[in-house]
Amino acid sequence: MITERRNLIRTLLGGGFVASLAAFLYPVIRFMNPPSVSEASVNEVPGGKIQDLKPNSGKIVKFGNRPVLLVRVSETEWRAFSAVCTHLNCTVQYQEQRRQIWCACHNGFYDLNGNVVSGPPPKALDEYVARVRGDEVVISRRA
Amino acid sequence: MEGAKANTGGLSGWLEERLGLSAIREFLAHKTVPVHSGTMWYYFGGITLFLFVIQVLTGILLLLYYRPTTTEAYESVQFIVTRVQFGWLVRSIHSWSANLMIFTAMVHMFSVVFLRSYRRPREVTWLSGIALLCLALGFGFSGYLLPWNTISYFATKVGTDMAASLPGIGPALARFLRGGEDVGGATLTRFFGFHVAVLPGLTTVLLLVHLILVQKQGISSPPWVERKFQAQGGKAPQMPFFPNFFLREMMAWYAALAVLGSLAAIFPWELGEKADPFASAPAGIRPEWYFLAPFYTLKLIPSHVAFLEGELLGLLGFGLLAVFWILLPFWATNRQGMERTRLVTGAGVALLAYLATFSLLGYYK
Repeated sequence: MITERRNLIRTLLGGGFVASLAAFLYPVIRFMNPPSVSEASVNEVPGGKIQDLKPNSGKIVKFGNRPVLLVRVSETEWRAFSAVCTHLNCTVQYQEQRRQIWCACHNGFYDLNGNVVSGPPPKALDEYVARVRGDEVVISRRA
Repeated sequence: MEGAKANTGGLSGWLEERLGLSAIREFLAHKTVPVHSGTMWYYFGGITLFLFVIQVLTGILLLLYYRPTTTEAYESVQFIVTRVQFGWLVRSIHSWSANLMIFTAMVHMFSVVFLRSYRRPREVTWLSGIALLCLALGFGFSGYLLPWNTISYFATKVGTDMAASLPGIGPALARFLRGGEDVGGATLTRFFGFHVAVLPGLTTVLLLVHLILVQKQGISSPPWVERKFQAQGGKAPQMPFFPNFFLREMMAWYAALAVLGSLAAIFPWELGEKADPFASAPAGIRPEWYFLAPFYTLKLIPSHVAFLEGELLGLLGFGLLAVFWILLPFWATNRQGMERTRLVTGAGVALLAYLATFSLLGYYK
């Protein structure tokens, strides 16, 4: 009888302890998990004046909260790609001498279609649409 | 009896009655350290602890001025190094001692391997030491971002993206580390919290466990020293911990302090340029020296190997290597209780050679 009562008390105490621990830990774990913040939807951004970027050069443009690489390939040809390297998330840049896109972090190279030329990146860069409108370049998402 | 105790020895008697210091004196009087050709390697654990104390003290000083937001972090560190008296020195000591601490912790770890100090019954001491080394690397990784400069920004992007590529928990882990989808203000606040509260708390507990275990089990003699003296029918020579070893250890601390002070004064830690999330990663970017070997390995692995992405393959390789190394005390002895001496030495030398070679290649290439 005493043993049974002892076991019952032990179970109740143990269970109570585990339950209180869970009650403390659950909100703590949920608190540490960051809430998802909905991103303001951006479909088009201005890439700057045409004359500000010379042929065979590139620059980073803010597309919402993402960086986009705008490249002026020639007098009339413009390209835009996500500037986030597909390997480990670094921000890429345009290399004029090689006429390629380069990630300095792990030496990955992409061509002017965004395809991987060499190095560790596993896939191509996402392409955006770059259009000339008046004296300005406009970058938009691909349909 | 109580009255008699209270009346002995004035202040020391008063303290004795309240603190029981004679038990500590008694313990120290009997604690010994083995004397052999490798005794010098025993100092590195103490030097690591000494550098940790310096980290805590200089970290507290930096906290007086540092502000953990993306708009103020860089400027507050700039203020510390340019306007605050001796600010440049305090920050330089904090950064240099962090690097030296990881270096001495690694020396300590490899000395434990080569002197065979991980053997039974010290497996838990080894595991707590490895956990402390991981925490030290965590301190390094989280503290690196705090000045919010270009190099630290991209190092954190790469580091958290490596976590993201782990199968299963990867994306959730990366979100937890970053405090959101990408490295930004939330990451800085989080890393600051990890660096000044979470990691110090965990380290203090583990450090106590590690030190209590070292005290409980005593300092290990290498098996060849034990065998040599057992064959002669005697015991391996020992020196008293206090004062003999303790005074030598203090000399080692002074030497460490001299190296640290010289490095901090002659090569003040650079601040670099403020991070710009919309700028390209600059050429020549690389992480701290202790992450160079995996950094260079990831650079070498092609984008795909068979059906696996190179990045994932690299992470799986590092993970397997880490598990193999952590479990060293458990595979270092075979089922018959015989030590796999050659295998342990080979693994130690191979790991050391890999770390040294790939770190140098990562630095110069």
